[in-house]
Amino acid sequence: MNGTIEAPTIEYALLAPLLVVFGAAIVGVLVEAFAPRYLRSAIHLPLTLLSLAGAFALAVWQAVKGVPTKPAAMGAVAVDGPALFIWGTILILAFVSVLLIKDEEHFVGSAAAVPGSAEEEQSLIERAAHTEVYPLLLFAVGGMLLFPAANDLLVAFVALEVMSLPLYLLCGLARRRRLLSQEAAVKYFLLGAFSSAFFLYGTALLYGYAGSVDLAKINQALGSVGGQDTLLYIGAAMLGVGLLFKIGAAPFQAWKPDVYQGSPTPITALMASGTLVAAFGALLRVFWVGLGGLDWDWRPVLYGVAILTMVVGAILAITQTDIKRMLAYSSIAHGGFLLIGVIATGATRAENTSALSGLLFYLVAYGFTTVGAFAVITMVRDAGGEAWHLSRWAGLGKRSPLLAGVFAFFLLAFAGIPLTSGFFGKYAVFQAAVANGATPLVIIGVIASAIAAFFYVRVIVLMFFSDPAADGPSVVLPSRGTAAVVGIAALATVVLGVFPQPVLDLAHAAAQSLFVR
Amino acid sequence: MPWLSTLMGVSVLGALGVTLVRNDKLAKQFTLVVSLIVLALTVAMAVQFSPNGDKFQFSETYDWIPQFGVHYAVAVDGIALVLILLSVILVPIVVLASWHDAEAGKRSVRTYFSLLLVLEAMMIGVFAATDVFLFYVFFEAMLIPMYFMIGSYGGAQRSYAAVKFLLYSLFGGLLMLVAVIALYSIAGKGTFMFSDLVGTIQDVTTQKWLFLGFFIAFAIKAPLWPFHTWLPDAAAQAPAGAAVLLVGVLDKVGTYGMLRFCLELFPDAAKFFTPLVITLSVIGIVYGAIVAIGQTDMKRLIAYTSVSHFGFIALGVFAMTTNAGAGATLYMVNHGFSTGALFLIAGFLIYRRGSQFIADYGGVQKVAPILAGTFLVAGLSSLSLPGLSTFVSEFMVLSGTYERYVVPTVIATVGVILAAIYILWMYQRMMNGPTAESVKTLPDLNLREKFVVAPLIALLVIFGFYPKPLLDVINPAVKDTLTSVSVTDPHPAVPVAQEGQQ
Repeated sequence: MNGTIEAPTIEYALLAPLLVVFGAAIVGVLVEAFAPRYLRSAIHLPLTLLSLAGAFALAVWQAVKGVPTKPAAMGAVAVDGPALFIWGTILILAFVSVLLIKDEEHFVGSAAAVPGSAEEEQSLIERAAHTEVYPLLLFAVGGMLLFPAANDLLVAFVALEVMSLPLYLLCGLARRRRLLSQEAAVKYFLLGAFSSAFFLYGTALLYGYAGSVDLAKINQALGSVGGQDTLLYIGAAMLGVGLLFKIGAAPFQAWKPDVYQGSPTPITALMASGTLVAAFGALLRVFWVGLGGLDWDWRPVLYGVAILTMVVGAILAITQTDIKRMLAYSSIAHGGFLLIGVIATGATRAENTSALSGLLFYLVAYGFTTVGAFAVITMVRDAGGEAWHLSRWAGLGKRSPLLAGVFAFFLLAFAGIPLTSGFFGKYAVFQAAVANGATPLVIIGVIASAIAAFFYVRVIVLMFFSDPAADGPSVVLPSRGTAAVVGIAALATVVLGVFPQPVLDLAHAAAQSLFVR
Repeated sequence: MPWLSTLMGVSVLGALGVTLVRNDKLAKQFTLVVSLIVLALTVAMAVQFSPNGDKFQFSETYDWIPQFGVHYAVAVDGIALVLILLSVILVPIVVLASWHDAEAGKRSVRTYFSLLLVLEAMMIGVFAATDVFLFYVFFEAMLIPMYFMIGSYGGAQRSYAAVKFLLYSLFGGLLMLVAVIALYSIAGKGTFMFSDLVGTIQDVTTQKWLFLGFFIAFAIKAPLWPFHTWLPDAAAQAPAGAAVLLVGVLDKVGTYGMLRFCLELFPDAAKFFTPLVITLSVIGIVYGAIVAIGQTDMKRLIAYTSVSHFGFIALGVFAMTTNAGAGATLYMVNHGFSTGALFLIAGFLIYRRGSQFIADYGGVQKVAPILAGTFLVAGLSSLSLPGLSTFVSEFMVLSGTYERYVVPTVIATVGVILAAIYILWMYQRMMNGPTAESVKTLPDLNLREKFVVAPLIALLVIFGFYPKPLLDVINPAVKDTLTSVSVTDPHPAVPVAQEGQQ
């Protein structure tokens, strides 16, 4: 021991997108602390949007400049092709979700006031607003960026918490149906805390096995360490539970419908798109890089989980009467389809690349459509807020054909009808799976798709083929932000459905190098 | 000139144009003009087709999604050409026939006609696609306009029928998607071009699985017994014009797919499954006919006759003789015209009387002789009366099948007799006898409706006496198909040479 400690090297340029988002979040907190109330919103919005756009530009610049082949920050964060692609996706989706949030109607004036109390009344009169949502959201987005790029399990855990904690809070801030919203927040928090604990426990056990939390070193240890298999298997299983929870894979899906239903819709949109993308990125990295040598063991388990997830998602969605719950189950089913891509690893690099690029494409396609669908939901309102009950949507096609048409289009994309983005997403994943010998899984996948098509189509039937109720919901004139979100999402769904090649190329290029080790 | 893309492009642009026209009447006229332009262009293309030239003509190939090996590749052989002709002839007729259909529900007239034109583009695309993936895309995407046409503009049970139609077809399509992906992976050619994929799958077991994936989709689409239950619902609830396109063209995609893809891509599996398919077809022929006799709703009745007719078509496809194959292809065209005429005239009746039930009519021929007469001619064509076009194709199918499978042919012939029962009995109940009180004031066909029916009747008669122009185009294509399946027609039992020796 010579007593000197080498100073760690941090590649600031590589991490710039992360730093920008976190920096803006901290500035946002300062704004909350020092800026006068009436100015806050006016500062937050441009700050948030600019920081997300800036981070996106930096990520693109990084991708153009050349993708690094080594992990950054002393091996803690891997800024590689897939990570940059996922960053880009999350940043765009977050940007779009912020445009929805801008319409502050969705958030409660004073979250601490008991629902129905005099304080609540008072906060309404004062037109109080929680402008904290912007910095909270930025922290969550920062966590989403770090999570899929984390190259060791500890950083992954930190990222997981940074991503989740603000979301727990944001879930409870809905302006209407507040009890439901608070229930969602508590549920999400309790279950999320459990899953984080699982993740951390798994990390500890794997550390006990491999002597490191670094993913690459764990993978090396798989071949060399003997006699510690109990630690390894229990550790890997617990890690898996933590990750699968975030995706909402069955049997860890129970939180999703409640949370999606209770949260303010813009937050649901962010969770359904951004969080899912981030969680899949992390899942891929942990299973492909960290536990890549163990694939003979985890593959059958994920096989089962994928089947269960698709079937549970598709079947339970049929029984839903709340549109947001239905989309939550649909999101569970899509998680199952995406898991097929995780399993579709092959013997050769090219096969893995095709599976990875398929997954990346699917995530982009699904993310845009989801944000668009939730944006439409924010616009269909009853006296008491959004028209959540499905029966209220009857005859919407006659009252406002354009909006209903766009929503129907999103639903068809979810169902995976050709000439929509959803079709190519599914196709890319299924193709990779068939090429790698998972044909039975794909057959179950298409059966689940057929079941899922039923409840998407049912909404279309309601909107277009049923007669409108006399006191049906009104469609609010969208704010410019909401209109832009719906427009962007619809455009992305069309373009990715007709000319998917550019994005496929991009995903392929990103996947080319696979994950750095 | 990129003929096929032009045809599709004109239809799609027309569909967009219709949505922009603010006036309903103008929108209808515009649709009619667009569909006539498409028809004229198709005819101009068809006359340049040389039956003995290349197998695929008017070919266009562009990369669409290179990463998946998908091309935008269209071309036609004789089989595809006659089916495209069938589609583009039916569309203007349907437009003219549906003039007042969309108004009944106080729903958007423009949307209806716009969907019609979108559907036309997809019908051309699905027959013209020479890339398996492109075919699949059209195969699935064309469900959507039809779904909205049934669901928004159909009868009382429309949303049930529309959902049933969509889910059945979608499910079949998804099974086919698995087979399409597996075909691509196993062939390992990195392309979906049909011509490159023919003959790549040699392993018989693999062929069987892939065959099933494609065949079930086509059997649902066609529909063959026992996959037919969606058709009577969908056809009975669809507006008459949509029903014509549904039964006349969309269902043909199923039998066309069997001939083009099941046979050529998986020849060994096709031979293996032939007994099964022939059994299903024969059951379908007899079952469809018997159930048709028992129907009380005329649209359902016509739908069940189609189940029977699709049995004949599938029988002809899988008999794998030149006569039967050409007969089946010709049958697809003729059935489109004869059933189209039946549906449209039934639609005129329903529009007048407001009921689909046979029991609500009686003695119509006294008050509306032209209507009744044209209905009779269309019906006679449907029961294969010699001199009308369906007879030619049904005879070819039966004689072609007889060369190889005697017993099924004999059973299938029963279908011809049953056809006489269901058509003539329906005619008798509706058109003959004392005029029912409720139809006493029924007006006869007006000028627009005469223009709808006249071309169909003319085609039925012309092709009944002179099917040669169609057969000249169809025969080489069918021979070519059977060559790539490597079957040859069985020799006649008594060789001609022996007679000469005596």
